[in-house]
Amino acid sequence: MLDEFEFVDSARGGDSAAFAELVNKYDRNIYRLARHITQNEHDAEDVLQETFMKAFANLSQFQGHSRFYTWLVRIAVNESLMKLRRRKADRTVSLDEPVETEEDAMPREIAAWEENPEQRYSRAELNEILNRTIAALSPGFRAVFLLRDIEELSTEETAAALNLSISAVKSRLLRARLQLREKLNRVFRKHGDHAPVHV
Amino acid sequence: MGTTRQFTCKELLQELADYLDGALEPEDRTRLEAHLAKCPNCWVVCDTTKKTIEVYKGLAPYPLPEDVKSRLMMALQKRSSRAGQG
Repeated sequence: MLDEFEFVDSARGGDSAAFAELVNKYDRNIYRLARHITQNEHDAEDVLQETFMKAFANLSQFQGHSRFYTWLVRIAVNESLMKLRRRKADRTVSLDEPVETEEDAMPREIAAWEENPEQRYSRAELNEILNRTIAALSPGFRAVFLLRDIEELSTEETAAALNLSISAVKSRLLRARLQLREKLNRVFRKHGDHAPVHV
Repeated sequence: MGTTRQFTCKELLQELADYLDGALEPEDRTRLEAHLAKCPNCWVVCDTTKKTIEVYKGLAPYPLPEDVKSRLMMALQKRSSRAGQG
């Protein structure tokens, strides 16, 4: 089996079939990432195309110090944020938004969740809940959460892809996870009746 | 034999992400787990945050529509033949 760098090398040499292999490997991930960040399917398609077009045009600049996928993600996140900025021309969309400090205290919690709370819902219902809760995060938290917990990039790769410090990634990831937990709490908590799906 | 000071709730929160990612030093991990064993509130927050992460791991990807994929491949083909000519 060919190593990823061999595909990249061949693509750099003009082998479009090798580049197509890379596209086939990562197009779903890039599309998912763009859908989540832009929250718009047309924008996500544009981001998908732009990401691979730019990657193809700039392959000579890819040094191979990082994974090819991390490099692609960086392009896709930048393209997605540009789309968001254009849609929300009246307000800046930035990854550098301030982190809420009032949440530094441990949340007060009483109700535990069941062992497998997701089993209360059908797969389709659950996906809808999860997508809606991710959409409710601010773009900065959303991007970090997606890269770390959905795309499973390391903290270092996420920091490099988003041009953030390691500590900024860790802090945003914790906030994002706690915010999502809070939203899911209304759906998954053990006591009481089956909660309505409002998150 | 020295006694090690336990985490406070606030300190636990600061280390929670690293703990859940398995990135905490063994000594800190022990201190954190000692706090969890005694603090029901922190235990619930930690457990539900862990379950939150697990639930999202199972999130199905948005399907890539066939027509989106074809337009992508066409655009790349066009770009590639232009590069070949240039």
